[in-house]
Amino acid sequence: MKFGIMITEGPYQHEASDSAYQFTKAALAKGHEILRVFFYQDGVLNSTKLMEPQADDRHIQKQWSALATENGIEFIVCVAAAKRRGINDTVTADGFKIGGLGMLTELAIEADRVVEFRA
Amino acid sequence: MNEEMEENEEMAKLMIVFRTAPYGSIYAFEGLENVLIMAAYDQDISVLFVDDGVYAIKKGMDTTATGIKNFSPTFRAMEAYDIEKVFIDRTSMEERGLKLEDLVVEPEVVEAEAVEKMMEEQKNFFMF
Repeated sequence: MKFGIMITEGPYQHEASDSAYQFTKAALAKGHEILRVFFYQDGVLNSTKLMEPQADDRHIQKQWSALATENGIEFIVCVAAAKRRGINDTVTADGFKIGGLGMLTELAIEADRVVEFRA
Repeated sequence: MNEEMEENEEMAKLMIVFRTAPYGSIYAFEGLENVLIMAAYDQDISVLFVDDGVYAIKKGMDTTATGIKNFSPTFRAMEAYDIEKVFIDRTSMEERGLKLEDLVVEPEVVEAEAVEKMMEEQKNFFMF
């Protein structure tokens, strides 16, 4: 199946980003295709390389970046949501690209399922 | 991905659902943004207002004291964008004492069963 992933919640406060990460990994392991991961609303905060969680915790941004580079998945960070929250391409980590909301529409058209992870 | 899309000639059925009240959160505003962006892609778009989402299209909102822009009148742009499938859930509307003349647009009033059927028919939908 062709999946689109949409994340509308930031890191750490809720489990949404972790669940999305686990889902994406599991879907890939089952042989499904992930067309794109779209970071939207507070979800754009998952993309910043400035996050520094405590050493004994998972590093949500690094987990995502590794997943993007290892599997060649496209990660798009909504430009309008990012600008509102102080996120631009000087702070986004490897694997994350800034893009427009139209890329979410494209995903809805192309993917068999767009799965949203929210609080 | 763009090349693949050009081969896909059939229109996708996509729905935007408004279910939260405007101004207390960004969701309704983002929903409107999505509706207007989606309209440019020439797909089979439906818009549904349900639960507190019906307040998003209420006339006469005054957001001055909140400092948040009143975007409710912008829903009128849906017509210019050729979005014709606009629905409102009857129960949600009636429970909140709203009538069609209280709204900035003229949605088709639908029953819960019809809403359920419509949702089943969609390829993808987004909730706001």
